[in-house]
Amino acid sequence: MRILPLGDRAILVEFGSAIDEQTRLLVRASFEQLSSVSFAGVLDVVPGFASIAVHYDPAQVSRAVGATPHVAISESVEEVLRAAVTTPGGEPRLVEIPVCYDPSLAPDLDEVAAHAHLTPAQVVELHSAPDYVVHMIGFLPGFPYLGGLDPRLTTPRRSSPRTRVPAGSVGIGGSQTGVYTIDSPGGWQLIGRTAVRLFDVERDPPTVLRIGDKVRFRPVTLAEHRAAGGA
Amino acid sequence: MDTHAARLANLLVGNDEGAAVLETTLAGPTLVFERATMFAIGGADFGARLDGEPIVPLRTRQAKAGATLELGAARTGCRAYVAMAGGIDVPIVLGSRSTYLPAAFGGYEGRALRAGDLIPLGTNDGAGTGDFTGLRAIGPAAAPRYGHTLRVVPGEHLARLTVAARGRFFGAEFTVSPRSDRMGYRLDGPALDALEMPDLLSAAVTMGTIQLPAGGTPILLMADRQTTGGYPRVGQVATVDLCAAAQLRPGDTVRFEEISLDEAQGLYLEREQGVNALRRALAYRP
Repeated sequence: MRILPLGDRAILVEFGSAIDEQTRLLVRASFEQLSSVSFAGVLDVVPGFASIAVHYDPAQVSRAVGATPHVAISESVEEVLRAAVTTPGGEPRLVEIPVCYDPSLAPDLDEVAAHAHLTPAQVVELHSAPDYVVHMIGFLPGFPYLGGLDPRLTTPRRSSPRTRVPAGSVGIGGSQTGVYTIDSPGGWQLIGRTAVRLFDVERDPPTVLRIGDKVRFRPVTLAEHRAAGGA
Repeated sequence: MDTHAARLANLLVGNDEGAAVLETTLAGPTLVFERATMFAIGGADFGARLDGEPIVPLRTRQAKAGATLELGAARTGCRAYVAMAGGIDVPIVLGSRSTYLPAAFGGYEGRALRAGDLIPLGTNDGAGTGDFTGLRAIGPAAAPRYGHTLRVVPGEHLARLTVAARGRFFGAEFTVSPRSDRMGYRLDGPALDALEMPDLLSAAVTMGTIQLPAGGTPILLMADRQTTGGYPRVGQVATVDLCAAAQLRPGDTVRFEEISLDEAQGLYLEREQGVNALRRALAYRP
């Protein structure tokens, strides 16, 4: 575990560089530990795949004479995390998400296939086969970062992000896969679209998916996608 | 975007620092006060006039019922903030009154204001109301610092740039591209290295984080940024320079200057001491 500055008002606790079950449980336990303690000056705690950021107000953190706010918050966080215990979670929910992989909704499917030396149909098969697990929510409201992508489908992000990716777009970025929950700029490779609204501010809670949920993608036809209200 | 300007304007009218304010970009609205209202304007100078009379930025004014406040075009800078005593009384969504334009919720019906809209105001407890014409200046420590040089704390992945590319990053002039908005600014300028980091895992970002996608165009993340990102992070703008960043418009040039984490935090602490002094001065009733 190492702690780095993320500018002058946040720190990043890094737990390694792999997307795996052990790291996921460690991040989750650490996140719960940090959330359960009340620190002066802490504004937000944001988990990543293998990291947790702590956003703080340097003017509010309690510190010893001579200690900088960065050193003070880093030491407090480190102390709390030493006590974090990794416990296996309860039985996760399984959420099935219908996805249309039709080329009209999958502008980067051919590129992903070519990169993997597979056909587009094989990409769809490999993408929709596993049960994924939600490692983190971030980037956009309710946006799920999913672990479990078949390594053959790993594809680098686009070198220039698109200024607009439509809500419901299913994408691959590096070794991660996820679903855009609102219209947004984005750099992931787009391989399909869902009609499900994963984020709705009118709903309580607004997000469908939670950290630890299992997710399965079910391929549907363009007609089924449209019938379900998909754009 | 220019949170510091909004805070100062709020303090001047006796609001909590985080009370909802109006943010106006490049050219301002004409507002009619339905009732007597104390207000203050922070941020860029939009040549504001109250019933024809020029308004000085960051000075409290009392408008009578029926008075007209007209904001023109920003002379320099980009954004101005109108704070009114009591704040703006729109519903709280996900813990905030602000507008999240990318998903069209919060604020006033999740959208930018239009002609004809009636903006509901709250009331504050009167602690801030009174005669502030005696308050001459905010004070240098608390005053916002604007300009075209942003001081940047080195980021985790800056060390991966070649010496030459690092020299370009901290020396060159970048231009704020038209493809910029409240989520972030794309910065056109000299080619920096293509940092090949395809396996970089998504992690949290801050306002002021400078990302470097493989295409070579740095992106400066701003108020409506995503909460996490997966592009290499080469630096974070010092908090005290975020107001300068918020006042940049497309077409403006900007330079980055390296600053250490300790220096950046030192400047922030000085500024907060200045804001504390301002709070005490405003609370003082002889």
